[in-house]
Amino acid sequence: MERNKEMSIVNENIPYHFFRRKAINGAMLALCAVSALIAIGILSLIFFYTINRGASYLSLDFFLQMPKPVGETGGGMANAIVGTVILIGIGSAIGLPIGVMAGIYLAEHGNNKFAVLVRFMTDVLSGVPSIVAGVVAYSLVVIPTKHFSAFAGGVALAILMIPTVTRTTEEMVRLVPQSYREAGLALGIPQWKTTVQIVLRTAFRGIVTGILLAVARVAGETAPLLFTALGNRFWSTSLDQPIASLSVFVYDYAKSPFEDWNNQAWAAALVLIILISLLSLSVRIVTRNRFSSR
Amino acid sequence: MQTELLEQPNTPTILPIETLQVMPMIKMSARNVDAFFGKAQVLHNISLDVPANKVLAIIGPSGCGKSTLVRCLNRMHEVAGGTMAGLVLLDDRDIYKEDAVRIRKRIGMVFQKPNPFPTMSIFDNVAVGLKLNGLATRRNIGEVVERSLKQAALWDEVKDALNKSGVSLSGGQQQRLCIARTLAVSPEVILMDEPASALDPIATAKIEELIHDLKKKYTIVIVTHNMQQAARVSDLTAFLYMGKLIEYDETKKIFTNPSIKQTEDYITGRFG
Ligand SMILES: Nc1ncnc2c1ncn2[C@@H]1O[C@H](COP(=O)(O)OP(=O)(O)OP(=O)(O)O)[C@@H](O)[C@H]1O
Ligand SMILES: [Mg+2]
Repeated sequence: MERNKEMSIVNENIPYHFFRRKAINGAMLALCAVSALIAIGILSLIFFYTINRGASYLSLDFFLQMPKPVGETGGGMANAIVGTVILIGIGSAIGLPIGVMAGIYLAEHGNNKFAVLVRFMTDVLSGVPSIVAGVVAYSLVVIPTKHFSAFAGGVALAILMIPTVTRTTEEMVRLVPQSYREAGLALGIPQWKTTVQIVLRTAFRGIVTGILLAVARVAGETAPLLFTALGNRFWSTSLDQPIASLSVFVYDYAKSPFEDWNNQAWAAALVLIILISLLSLSVRIVTRNRFSSR
Repeated sequence: MQTELLEQPNTPTILPIETLQVMPMIKMSARNVDAFFGKAQVLHNISLDVPANKVLAIIGPSGCGKSTLVRCLNRMHEVAGGTMAGLVLLDDRDIYKEDAVRIRKRIGMVFQKPNPFPTMSIFDNVAVGLKLNGLATRRNIGEVVERSLKQAALWDEVKDALNKSGVSLSGGQQQRLCIARTLAVSPEVILMDEPASALDPIATAKIEELIHDLKKKYTIVIVTHNMQQAARVSDLTAFLYMGKLIEYDETKKIFTNPSIKQTEDYITGRFG
């Protein structure tokens, strides 16, 4: 009797449960879709607004010419584009090897106190405001060498890249199943070759994505460059001299009272966005998994 | 009941020589092997001989230490952070006194779950051991890959798709690819830890057939949960229970007339 009653309750509830489950499923799915739309929406808003404001000031001159003195219209920012590329180059040259290797260390040998300390420090470092990285680079490089330089700017960017790259590399290397390591070792492949040729190769795309995120993040950094690379209105590619960059260019021109300069700031911002997108795209293509499009 | 079983006299002969027709050459031996994970002891005083060109099956209930035992035989136990005591001999030389990397080249291993390298083509999966060990020359590498794939009975199925991803194959094909990968570095002994447990009966039959062929050239140790499989493929069978070697004898004897009751209970399915 008792049992029958239970059964009937269950039976009666089946349609109710069924529709409720359907409804919740639908609502959640819709929520996810809306969130995705918002994310894409904000991105396209930034993108199209920048295009809208900046595109009309883009011309070949903008890429090939130097900035004009105040009052003269036209001119470009060839020096800032090259400067940004150089700064990213220096930052990557210093930051990526350190970050990637530290990440590999943490993932493969990270079960000791030292690794715990390193992990903690990286977490702290990744929360450090970018201007602090600038101050550090200032006192490490600018003060001893007694002048602002591209190198100092690169160091500041490297400091910002290291924690992101370290942690994503660690995560990605950790994701590689233990069975691949064991398979490599069981073939008589030395430990270091197993790590480099099998583990890293498997984690490669993930690591590259982490690197990209780090590079893209620092490419737009302004604060740490203000008192390291400083900025330069003239053509310079030497590492021990102050150097121009797109982000500082945008900063300077956007806050100037001249409308022409404001417009150029928009154009520069657009170039910066395009530069970063191109970088992402090209790395994606280069590292495309040859088996993924099977 | 169980403790009673354990207290039975437990002195298996190291190698049941009297039951084999000819005096075999001993390829590998374990002598008084204890294995630990931290403080937990997983293997207790295991001694057994593996004769050359024979197939030794290791059977026993889950968790009894079969994997640990085979991993002690090619120094993979230490990779998982375990420790061991006792001797493991390969051609009468202590493998723990030699370089682990060189030992593993001589003692190959096939794992339970097929694990071809996902970023590599079928060809590279087979060639990887040679390439990364610096054993490859441009000329021999194609030959070795072809020979290994033929030995692993996979060549006909993949010869036109060597550039495809290793993980594009079926589970059974993947496992044969892993066997080919192991064969390519020309080991002397092949350890297989439940190589067919993730496969369907047809793929399993293929692997078993393969083991039959391989023992002409190699010495094979196979862990299996499948009693019929042990009976089909092996010459010798070792029964492990709770980290102890309970009985070790010719397969025929183990499956028709085991001398220890625990073995009989296990193979007849009364426990385990
Ligand atoms: N990495 C490890 N750390 C700690 N203990 C482990 C580890 N691997 C295995 N063990 C323990 O060692 C014992 C033997 O494990 P082993 O894997 O050798 O058993 P097995 O006979 O191969 O079992 P199965 O048939 O399920 O594969 C088990 O009790 C297990 O809990
Ligand atoms: Mg096992």
